[in-house]
Amino acid sequence: MIQIENISKNFGEVLAVRDINLEIKDSELFGLIGPDGAGKSTLMRLMVTLFIPESGSITMNGRDTVKDYKEIRKHVGYMPGRFSLYQDLSVEENLAFYARVFGSTIEENYDLVKDVYEQIAPFKKRLAGQLSGGMKQKLALSCALIHRPEILVLDEPTTGVDAVSRKEFWEMLKKVQQTGITIVVSTPYMDEASLCDRVALIQKGKLLQVDTPENIISSFPKKLYALQAKDHYKLLSSLKSIEQVYSAFPFGQYLHVTLNDDALEASDLQALLREKGHDQLQVEIALASIEDVFMHLMQSN
Amino acid sequence: MNNLDIVISARNLTKKFGSFAANKALNFDVYKGEIFGFLGANGAGKTTAIKILCGLSKPTSGEINVAGFNVYSQTGQIKKNIGYMSQKFSLYEDLTVWENIRFYAGIYGMPKKAIQEEADKLIQKLGFEHARDKLIGALPLGWKQKLAFSIAIIHKPAIVFLDEPTGGVDPITRRQFWELIYEAAHQGITVFVTTHYMDEAEYCDRLSIMVAGEIKAIGKPLELINEYEAKNMDEVFVKMARG
Repeated sequence: MIQIENISKNFGEVLAVRDINLEIKDSELFGLIGPDGAGKSTLMRLMVTLFIPESGSITMNGRDTVKDYKEIRKHVGYMPGRFSLYQDLSVEENLAFYARVFGSTIEENYDLVKDVYEQIAPFKKRLAGQLSGGMKQKLALSCALIHRPEILVLDEPTTGVDAVSRKEFWEMLKKVQQTGITIVVSTPYMDEASLCDRVALIQKGKLLQVDTPENIISSFPKKLYALQAKDHYKLLSSLKSIEQVYSAFPFGQYLHVTLNDDALEASDLQALLREKGHDQLQVEIALASIEDVFMHLMQSN
Repeated sequence: MNNLDIVISARNLTKKFGSFAANKALNFDVYKGEIFGFLGANGAGKTTAIKILCGLSKPTSGEINVAGFNVYSQTGQIKKNIGYMSQKFSLYEDLTVWENIRFYAGIYGMPKKAIQEEADKLIQKLGFEHARDKLIGALPLGWKQKLAFSIAIIHKPAIVFLDEPTGGVDPITRRQFWELIYEAAHQGITVFVTTHYMDEAEYCDRLSIMVAGEIKAIGKPLELINEYEAKNMDEVFVKMARG
């Protein structure tokens, strides 16, 4: 279990993490969801003993990150946001190196990394610096796992990775989770939240909400409409000029819209827009996504 | 000469590195004022093609014109007529907002007086008056990206190339960024954009999907969604790239 109590971390005047409280359960796949600069990396570095907090404490499976940092480092796997393996060592050499540093061998824990490592094994003689983005990521995950950590901390493993490789990476994480390892993973992609057991939405160093993805979605407090018309740019400007409209955001093929007064119906919204002259206008009730909730919380904070 | 509104035309664009073909006979046209999404998995060959279109690298073969200029012999003119920004490199962190604007406008060859006028307009439009003399390094990422985009089109280029411009940007700022893109397109600037956010792919007028050096699909988002019997572009992308 990870227990985070009243943790704060500043860099000069920048309050990177502000008085965060959080509990992450054993064998949980927990997501920190937020944009760049939200404080995700700082919180993770505090967890893996790379930063000392200004105030508050974190215990990782009962060990304190300041007092017991040496012990924690033996039992935690950390994959930083930037690729940090040895570019001039081969795939195989990197893995062997990380195993050895932690007093283990590849053979001893091979069962744990097998699924991931086998995908890059055909290139095991290749230098790590010459791997493609997706392969680098698989190697980094293998290296973070090779000492059989109790807790795995992954900082934005899918940033800049294409949609297909992202899906594959999450499938690998689910398998790792089944071995009983607690996983904390951060991501700026809101759609990845639904793949976690629980998530914390984080913005400007503060937690906006912590819950299961389902509960977060059902907490969306307003009626949400999905609108379509021939010209979305025009539709968006019309919506912004209507005072009953609380928010209007592009969402793929739709515009997601909420109104100030939820007593109003889809037909009322249609009536408000009718006089603005939109071709092929459609108004439907929509289900909120994590991203809708996140933006709503950002707006109301 | 009835193709005046084609601003990028690629015929059999091929680029080889030794025996490896990073781009295999790409064929596509991009029209004036269009938002064109250039999608593909990591390593599919997008960056290679973008470098060629920006006049930074020569193709191995093929007939390619950008803003009316030839990518083999007129790279100087191409560079004057395009704008470029990416997530990885956009502005100088140790220069202020104002200095970055002046620097880039100067590079693009704008006269001094025009720089002054356009810079003031731009700062006002973005609501950056209070940040005019702040170092870029001190600004939040979303602000930087909005500024970088505005600077990339300050010289009113025919085409602006955006390479993953919104990676890591918060969801509200990401949408404000797309409003800037729409606005630029409405003014007639062609937008050539890559992204890993599949909802953003759906904001494009047309898009192409590259797989292993080849363009496997090209069309309007809705056409592709229907053609691949998918719910959204995310599904189309996964179906294509997994083959």
